[in-house]
Amino acid sequence: MFQQPHLKIENGKDPLASTKRKKSKKIVTKEEMFYHSMLLPGMIFLIIFTFVPMFGVIMAFQDYVPAKGIRASEFVGFEHFKYMFSLPDIGKLFRNTIVIAIGKIVLGSLLAIVFAILLNEVRLKLLKKSIQTIVYLPHFLSWVVLASVVVNMFSLDGTINQILAFFGIDKLNFLGSNKLFQPLLIGTDVWKEFGYNSIVYLAALTAIDPGLHEAASIDGANWWKRIWNITLPGMLPIILLLAVLSLPNVLNAGFDQVYNLYSPMVYESGDILDTYVYRVGLMGREYSFGTAVGLFKSVIGIILIISANNAAKKYTDRKLF
Amino acid sequence: MIENKSFSARFGRLTIYAIVIFLALTCLLPLWNIVAISFSGGDAVASNKVGLTPINTTFEAYKMIMEDSQFWRSFGISIQRVILSLVINMVLIVTMAYPLSKTKREFRGRGIYMNLLIFAMLFNGGMIPTYLVVKNLDMLNTIWALVLPGAVQVFSIILVMNFFIGVPKSLEEAAIMDGANPLQVLIKVYIPISMPALATVALFSIVGNWNDFFSGLIYMTKVTNYPLMTYIQSLTISIEEMLKAGATSSDLANAGEVSNKNLNAAKIVVSCVPLLLIYPMLQKYFITGIVVGSVKE
Repeated sequence: MFQQPHLKIENGKDPLASTKRKKSKKIVTKEEMFYHSMLLPGMIFLIIFTFVPMFGVIMAFQDYVPAKGIRASEFVGFEHFKYMFSLPDIGKLFRNTIVIAIGKIVLGSLLAIVFAILLNEVRLKLLKKSIQTIVYLPHFLSWVVLASVVVNMFSLDGTINQILAFFGIDKLNFLGSNKLFQPLLIGTDVWKEFGYNSIVYLAALTAIDPGLHEAASIDGANWWKRIWNITLPGMLPIILLLAVLSLPNVLNAGFDQVYNLYSPMVYESGDILDTYVYRVGLMGREYSFGTAVGLFKSVIGIILIISANNAAKKYTDRKLF
Repeated sequence: MIENKSFSARFGRLTIYAIVIFLALTCLLPLWNIVAISFSGGDAVASNKVGLTPINTTFEAYKMIMEDSQFWRSFGISIQRVILSLVINMVLIVTMAYPLSKTKREFRGRGIYMNLLIFAMLFNGGMIPTYLVVKNLDMLNTIWALVLPGAVQVFSIILVMNFFIGVPKSLEEAAIMDGANPLQVLIKVYIPISMPALATVALFSIVGNWNDFFSGLIYMTKVTNYPLMTYIQSLTISIEEMLKAGATSSDLANAGEVSNKNLNAAKIVVSCVPLLLIYPMLQKYFITGIVVGSVKE
């Protein structure tokens, strides 16, 4: 790489380079053999359960018949993709997926940021610790468990409707109304994750020099002004980074949550790409079509991830990979 | 910090405390309500009277769980799955993260492996091709269908790899001077020093496997083979379907379903006990994990 050109002229070859090449071509060292053999078992699992299914996406271009397998099934080109775009439901699926996912990302980050700022003001150690213990908890619970909690709260005679009745408001059918189902999904996901998401922001807050706050107080800045002019600018890099890194998730609306909460009544507003692939592709045994929808989603997803990574590299000093 | 002791500042502080406590209560009370329901009598549950304290306190639901053989079979499957996955995940995380933590000069194949891992993290064949692979390997209805597809946790590997990269080279060199081979270096130097990172990924594995209901749903065709979360999901779905469809509790009571509500609540509570037992550890190491995970490669 840094070879001087004049060395190469001698007899048409460079003695230095050839010894170098010899060294690098030397049979794999003992350590390297050890490293390769350490990686082997993991790579075998990766090939079987990740790379083989990747080749399976060929099904999306076939009329896959389980009895024939991928080798013998007939190729149909882009038929399934054409069919997908001819479906009246496909726009709705994409819209639901993106609206739910973006709602979760935006409101989730907002509440996490606000909560972190407020919690940072709590000076009583024990209280702060107890609050953290409680708000991190829902993150660790499965949506199977939390769906029961949500249904218990939001069903027609659940707690929320009892509270609404107390204020003389009519019952709301959160789980059965296409107007309310998306806000319910977004709200409950924000509820589940805001505590856990606030951890990163809390860490960013502790990195802000308290001296800045003191100086500003002496200059007569009130709390709002200090938050606006010191705290938020201090958090901005991490907020931007996380915003960029959440970009790939705009097609991940959360299968577990939707699957555990939706019903045919709210397919109109609650059906997302993942639940559709599961229901139609896997349960309905439309393997090829389901794979086509899944593949389309993956391709958009990978484009978003690469863009997010490039943006993160460009605007911050970090990257995903 | 200099505190402004004016009335408005104190009022502001009070408001902040009120808001964070309110948010914490929104997390706690809905969960607590389920616990209260699980200890309440069927009638009180049916008429939605149970708030934060059990009404007509009874352990009936828990007694019924004790006799529910499928619940314990599923519980056992989940425990078995968590342990098997934990062992396999940890072995593969360590054996893959260690070589990858070497520089390109020490290990010339590193680049290829890294690219493969990152590609595996970014792209996947999707639900259906993966299902067909598991099916063609004749693993449906076996514990391996729950364990092996998730054997390689790429994110955890990269997290531990980053931790390994941060281990001071001098420690390794000293061990090599003492005549240690690479395996001994890994076991004697890298693993002991990386305990926080390893604990983090171990907990990722435990929580992920315990909470997952989806593999059970697609890979198990018989209820007797369901792991716990899939089993609970299959139970609650029927009553929830009715509630979602707009049925009120009186409709459900007529359908003879509602007595299940406190039983289901009790099942949910029991299913959370293992997580609550390790929760103090979770809190400690997940936070470390977030900090370690944000270390750039």
